[in-house]
Amino acid sequence: MPSLPPIRPEDEAVAEKIRPGGAFDAPVDEAHGRILFELALRLGDDSLILGQRLAEWCGHAPGVEVDLSLANMALDLIGQATHFLTIAAEAEGKGRSADDLAFRRDVLDFKNCLLVEQPNGDFAQTMARQFLFSAWQKRLFDGLTACADDRIAAVAAKAVKEVAYHEELAAEWVIRLGDGTEESRARMIDGLDWMWRFIPELFETDEVMTDAAARGLVPDLASIRIGYDARVRAVLAEAGLEAPADQRPILGGRRGHHSEHLGHLLAVMQYLPRTYPDAVW
Amino acid sequence: MYTTELSKSASGANVQGIEDPAKLAAFEARVAADEFIEPKDWMPEAYRRTLTRQISQHAHSEIVGMLPEGNWISRAPSLRRKAILLAKVQDEAGHGLYLYSAAETLGTSRREMIEALHSGKAKYSTIFNYPTLTWADIGAIGWLVDGAAIMNQVPLQRTSYGPYARAMVRVCKEESFHQRQGYEICMAMMAGTPDQQRMMQDAFNRWWWPSLMMFGPTDDNSPNTAQSMRWRIKRDTNDELRQKFVDITAPQADAIGLTVPDPDLKWNEAKGGYDFGAVDWEEFYAVVKGEGPVAKERMKARRDAWEKGAWVREAAAAYAEKQARKAQAA
Repeated sequence: MPSLPPIRPEDEAVAEKIRPGGAFDAPVDEAHGRILFELALRLGDDSLILGQRLAEWCGHAPGVEVDLSLANMALDLIGQATHFLTIAAEAEGKGRSADDLAFRRDVLDFKNCLLVEQPNGDFAQTMARQFLFSAWQKRLFDGLTACADDRIAAVAAKAVKEVAYHEELAAEWVIRLGDGTEESRARMIDGLDWMWRFIPELFETDEVMTDAAARGLVPDLASIRIGYDARVRAVLAEAGLEAPADQRPILGGRRGHHSEHLGHLLAVMQYLPRTYPDAVW
Repeated sequence: MYTTELSKSASGANVQGIEDPAKLAAFEARVAADEFIEPKDWMPEAYRRTLTRQISQHAHSEIVGMLPEGNWISRAPSLRRKAILLAKVQDEAGHGLYLYSAAETLGTSRREMIEALHSGKAKYSTIFNYPTLTWADIGAIGWLVDGAAIMNQVPLQRTSYGPYARAMVRVCKEESFHQRQGYEICMAMMAGTPDQQRMMQDAFNRWWWPSLMMFGPTDDNSPNTAQSMRWRIKRDTNDELRQKFVDITAPQADAIGLTVPDPDLKWNEAKGGYDFGAVDWEEFYAVVKGEGPVAKERMKARRDAWEKGAWVREAAAAYAEKQARKAQAA
């Protein structure tokens, strides 16, 4: 048996200050709540902002069937947002609700990725955005079904089916428009070109994501990237399109530094609760 | 949403002269026995024409009807309200789709129907030519407009044309959810702040009379009603339905503290229903003619969506054709 170091008086003093509780009690970990809040906020904001964007099409899409499918996706995303923001509000523990988070935060506190807040543009741009996002969200949610937080895992397990459909639908449109007419092809090329610079942000591994991965809350983004790149390549190939040249990544959404577009989206979305702060709807 | 026969010409008047009398008699007997007429069955041309007009008007109303409520999806005040409103407007699109399909079984293509709408030849419900100014309008539309729609449509579940009747069965189930969500918004508004109550009463004032107009002209001014009822295209008269609507809606308004904007509204014990003031028919016919407050906005929005979407539809057709050629070559 190796000899043990002596217990020094200064070590005893430190030990005295440690919270009471047996060795088998779960450690009180405030950092965990903070990371969970940040993560759920990112997930919720991604879904909320894209849902809000897609809903802008309602009544104005190129055909009734398309209108239905866009509204359907928007509805799925608003549902996901509601779940994730509810989890975020609970993790924060400050008495805020999912609605408070959606309607009473300003730009700097929104943590969605920049891709989802991009304007709808034409239908090609909307579908380029949708495909690049849903292909990522699908792989992320696959991983989140094993999330150490049961609630996130449960939401992901339900939502991953919806998102698989979003990815499929958007991929079909990328192919159809890419391989349709000259005009649709040119528009899809422009749509992809607009969105391409926001892809790296989806895989950005900052402190929150590193910490969340260490806690078993999120899958390894680098491993998701492999499948994502392969899927995007395959769909573009089927569409007869070349991948846009890599562009300088634009980052910042996860830290609250957004494009100019988000402020306008929030101004519209939040106007009623902000104008009538005491009202219940 | 709903439908009203908006044609003023008595389309059935000459039926007897044109059609084969034996076939016509057999047809009339089937309809009188409450049998369903199916797409491949023989039917008088006037029946086909009237139904095509009615079902396509109904379909157009669903599609144009997405616009006033769609106007508030981006500004819905909570996540729950946003989801409900999106689901509702999405339902309207779905109704439009079933109805276009039902009308197509009578031999007119969806493209022709949509072109007739965009050229102003085909009509849609007058109610959608009024603006949605505040969130309270979303409550008022669900409660009153969808409420009136249900009253019109429930009898149509037994209409004589099979595809239309079956479409109505699905549509009615969804409309009753629409009506309840609308009334629930109204309840929340009236239980809310003075600002909310003011918005709600204002919305109610603006939507009440146009909702009564949704049932169409008075019976003595509704030339097609008799023929349509004989053919079971219609099962109740405009005035009967309007009366029923007032009788049900006035107490609902009262229950949440709203005042019906009609000084003549009074319970009539003898008839077991309300007496109510005269509808402004001059306004109704002006709106039918396309002079509603936001008629130009509605038509522009529909035409823009169609024209801006043309390249998408062309691309989809071109792609499908390429795929078909590839499949043939393989």
